[in-house]
Amino acid sequence: MWNELFPNVVWDKIWAATMETLYMTAISVIATFVLGILLGLLLFLTSKGNIWENRLVNGAIASFVNIFRSIPFIILIILLIPFTKLVVGTILGANAALPALIIGAAPFYARMVEIALREIDKGVIEAAKAMGATTSTIIWKVLLPEALPALVSGITVTAIALVGYTAMAGVVGAGGLGNLAYLEGFQRNNNDVTFVATVLILVIVFIIQFIGDFVTSKIDKR
Amino acid sequence: MITLSNVTKVYKAASGNVTAVDHVNLHIAEGEIFGIIGYSGAGKSSLIRLLNGLEKPTSGEVIVDGKDMGKISGKQLRQARQQIGMIFQHFNLLWSRTVCENIAFPLEIAGVPKEERMKRVDELIQLVGLQGRENAYPSQLSGGQKQRVGIARALANNPKVLLCDEATSALDPQTTDSILDLLVDINKRLDLTIVLITHEMHVIRKICDRVAVMENGKIVEMGEVLHVFRKPQQPITKRFVQQVTEPEETKEAMLHLLERYPNGKVVQLTFVGEAAEQPLITQLIRHFDLNVNILQGKISQTHHGSYGVLFIHLDGANEEVERALAFIRQQEVEAEVLANVE
Repeated sequence: MWNELFPNVVWDKIWAATMETLYMTAISVIATFVLGILLGLLLFLTSKGNIWENRLVNGAIASFVNIFRSIPFIILIILLIPFTKLVVGTILGANAALPALIIGAAPFYARMVEIALREIDKGVIEAAKAMGATTSTIIWKVLLPEALPALVSGITVTAIALVGYTAMAGVVGAGGLGNLAYLEGFQRNNNDVTFVATVLILVIVFIIQFIGDFVTSKIDKR
Repeated sequence: MITLSNVTKVYKAASGNVTAVDHVNLHIAEGEIFGIIGYSGAGKSSLIRLLNGLEKPTSGEVIVDGKDMGKISGKQLRQARQQIGMIFQHFNLLWSRTVCENIAFPLEIAGVPKEERMKRVDELIQLVGLQGRENAYPSQLSGGQKQRVGIARALANNPKVLLCDEATSALDPQTTDSILDLLVDINKRLDLTIVLITHEMHVIRKICDRVAVMENGKIVEMGEVLHVFRKPQQPITKRFVQQVTEPEETKEAMLHLLERYPNGKVVQLTFVGEAAEQPLITQLIRHFDLNVNILQGKISQTHHGSYGVLFIHLDGANEEVERALAFIRQQEVEAEVLANVE
């Protein structure tokens, strides 16, 4: 029955493409999470009235974040081709998509991290200082745990955006479901392939959203 | 325990410098409960933050337990802070941690091993009366319970000083009283020095040994609570004392009474300590040819004895009234004749 409904769909290829999409998403989400929190923390801590208040550093990070957040992703991939070649050695395949995915998403997530940290009651940080906490204690035991629900819901949104980015990256040769939908589906006029790829991307997005919501509700004790 | 000499704190702002604390001199003895009262913006928040180095003085010296809080920094400052507990108006608990974990936080900072930590947390839970709520999250607690967690947390490292930053201002009157009772209790039990700032005279009246009144960054009046209650000097102090001695409507009621008693005098008597328990009215009636009419009265309990205000109407011959007033003043009772204004 499946073969009659989707005559042009080669299920092995679909499976491989799905795995590629999941691979690109997973690696870039993890890297974005780490890098975004790092940048977000720096943005927050160097901002006015905070522990490492420093206008210069803050301004530098803020402009970096703003520039990379503003470049449309499809253009960012092309701009980063020399960099990708240098780092990964090729501009084709799933790994070649990773630099662009991470550099595109991390600044976006960094802003969300900064907002999440700014939501923390200043009094709680003051209380920790009054107890004699070091800056690293404040980061690990106050800032990150207190902001965790917002950090998780932020990474959920970012992960979903990243699924979209992987599809775009697929068009320029990164593999995955986007690549399949474009090459096999669109260019060969196989609408059934495009349809199946789209449904699978939707399923991935729904699963990510579900996991994100679930984890957020579990850890939010407010 | 705490000595401030000539302490000034200036904040630089775009609109010009703001002097939050202005040449303050202060000495607080060990085991004392010292209150600082003032309206918002008087500089009391800045003052209390100078005591644990959250703010640095612009000039002057802040000595707490032998350490110059304005000069030390880094590890020394952090260790000094572990000896100074602080509780806050809005509790400032970590909502991501349970009651136990919140209380354990300062112990983690001090590097206390886990087993000892658990033991100490248990003791503190008992001390502040939070048995049964160990594993609740702050969002599941009432305001009073949250402040109890705050107090337990502040006491975790056996500090010598406890700073209370408007600790009861967000609580209802009953909860305020129970938290104040707890503070007195730990003050006695642990011989803890407590410094509190507030805008409520009720808090000062109930638990403080001494009080300082702050206005525009300066301490305008300071002394034993009973003494300040009996003889407030500054207008601002009088206003604060009125907060607890006179019900809101007193003034109006008195004006009304003055109209109704055109003869004789309406007198406000202020009793402090021993005098508050004397049978003064009985003596007045026995010794003088007067009609004594009690109009209104109130006795408040302070940490060091009672303090009462009584409004009476004395009716009789003018000379007799004067003699009675002289007699009253001999009894160490303040007597103020309310003038027939208007």
